[in-house]
Amino acid sequence: MRVLGNLLRTVSGAAGLAMLIMTMAATVLTPFLSPYDPFALDFANAMQPPSAAHWFGTDNFGRDIFTRVMAGAVYDMRLALICVFGPMAIGVLIGLVAGYLGGRIDAALMRLTDIVWAFPFYVLVLAIVGVLGPSETNLYIAFFLVNWIGYARIIRGETLLISRLEFIEATRVLRFGKLRVTLRHILPNAITPALVYSMSDVVLTVQAVAAMSFFGLGVQPPAPEWGLLIVESIDYMRDAPWMTVFPGLAIVWIGIAFALLGEGLSTALKPKG
Amino acid sequence: MFLAILKRLLMLVPVLIGITLISFLLLQIMPGDPASRAMGSRASAEDLQAMRELWGLDKPIWVQYFYFLRDCVTGSFGVSIFHKQPIITLVADRLPYTLAIVLYSTVIALVIALPFAILAAANRGRFLDVAIRQIFVVLIALPPFWLCYVLILWLALNLGMFPTGGVGTGFFANLYRLFLPSLVVGLSTAALIQQSLRAALIDAMKADYVDTARAKGLRGYEVFLRHILPNSLISTISIIGVRVSWIIGGTVVVEKIFSVPGLGSLLIDSIVSRDLPVIRGLTVFFAVMVVTVNLIADICYALADPRIRLE
Repeated sequence: MRVLGNLLRTVSGAAGLAMLIMTMAATVLTPFLSPYDPFALDFANAMQPPSAAHWFGTDNFGRDIFTRVMAGAVYDMRLALICVFGPMAIGVLIGLVAGYLGGRIDAALMRLTDIVWAFPFYVLVLAIVGVLGPSETNLYIAFFLVNWIGYARIIRGETLLISRLEFIEATRVLRFGKLRVTLRHILPNAITPALVYSMSDVVLTVQAVAAMSFFGLGVQPPAPEWGLLIVESIDYMRDAPWMTVFPGLAIVWIGIAFALLGEGLSTALKPKG
Repeated sequence: MFLAILKRLLMLVPVLIGITLISFLLLQIMPGDPASRAMGSRASAEDLQAMRELWGLDKPIWVQYFYFLRDCVTGSFGVSIFHKQPIITLVADRLPYTLAIVLYSTVIALVIALPFAILAAANRGRFLDVAIRQIFVVLIALPPFWLCYVLILWLALNLGMFPTGGVGTGFFANLYRLFLPSLVVGLSTAALIQQSLRAALIDAMKADYVDTARAKGLRGYEVFLRHILPNSLISTISIIGVRVSWIIGGTVVVEKIFSVPGLGSLLIDSIVSRDLPVIRGLTVFFAVMVVTVNLIADICYALADPRIRLE
């Protein structure tokens, strides 16, 4: 609660949170805001430019783009949040184990992350999905295999740093168990930079998830996913640019929200003094 | 210096072995028989048998790995099923375009990020600094594959200033034709390096030699041009070194959209045609590229910084 208070006191944090709440409210309220069905075809109204009736215009099948973008928000947010916070949990665990046990296990884990780090993110995710075959499940597998690395490195580094601080020395004097110290005293402090990093990770993951679907390697049609909305619009781009522009702006909007939230969090979580 | 580079090269050996191991394991996570997965359902029994022998699929897994390692060390990286050529031949034709985009986009990223980083650092904590940060927040939020189409729509189709894709012959033709793809990668790189550049500049401004330079009577801009800028440019080398994996990864998306026949297009095409040896060979090659550029960045850093050079 105190963190939330601090977060709201930062301009960027409050702005980012407001943008997210607006998005969530809009997705929940979509049935009241628009009378259209995201999948219903209406050829009489195909490729209408944005208007009072169709805020973002309509696509080549006459489907309302605002309704589809809102349906996509639910889809893309779920994908991105699972693909960030799932691997984050794994990475935090591995980082803690490496920092906690030290020695050979630590060295081996860090060599592994060094090597995976050498592969460009997009190349590795594309290759994994390419080998497994395009599907939403395989997209999750690819992100889980790749995305934990950053968190493991951050948490391990923080764990080593914090272990040397005085208050951890004090727990040793008090003869606290090593496991208790790691979970109750090191983890809460080490998690801060990982949380800040996760916000910028969400920004890039929303883009990556949409890009994968765009190349036909992620979510499959006819799901109203943002990357799919964009790829389906490309053939009509010249006559109906709104079909391409609005789903992209939705990605930009979410990106800005999380980037601001990350900036706010880094200020709000910074220890006083 | 020479010894230091040699030591650095020796340290690369385990990393390179690790890279081939991970790329090898990539094909092992695939369910089913790799040969029939790779050749498709229409492959004849003889073809499948030839494939199994070529990859050593009838042998234990570690022997299979050595088959692959042999292909990497001898330089072929395996043979493409679709193109029926050694992968290295395919790579050789396409590498120049990818390298061109990597270099070109890095230059663009610096041209965009450096002036803003200098402005932000000079006005640290003031309105301009905050405003610049917000501009770059928006830049980070732009999805590259979408930005490609916005630029195609705006600059290529509507204004007719640029071609919608493809490459030309000769240096200047490609400088023009590769501008949009490099701009997309450059913008996302600029967004990632601007904050680090700003921090590097601020660090350099706080250094003791800046006080010394002021004390001996140099004017503000002289101190900046002769002391602060050169010193923070050195750290720029390592900032770009850290981001090179991102830059190289970014080329994959733009190459495909702008129909540039580079390594990224090859990767996506081989995923579509399920050319597994090419996917595996290319992951190795991309990682080797990142490692090589990191090595070059380290050496440049050492050459530029006398403290490290003398060690």
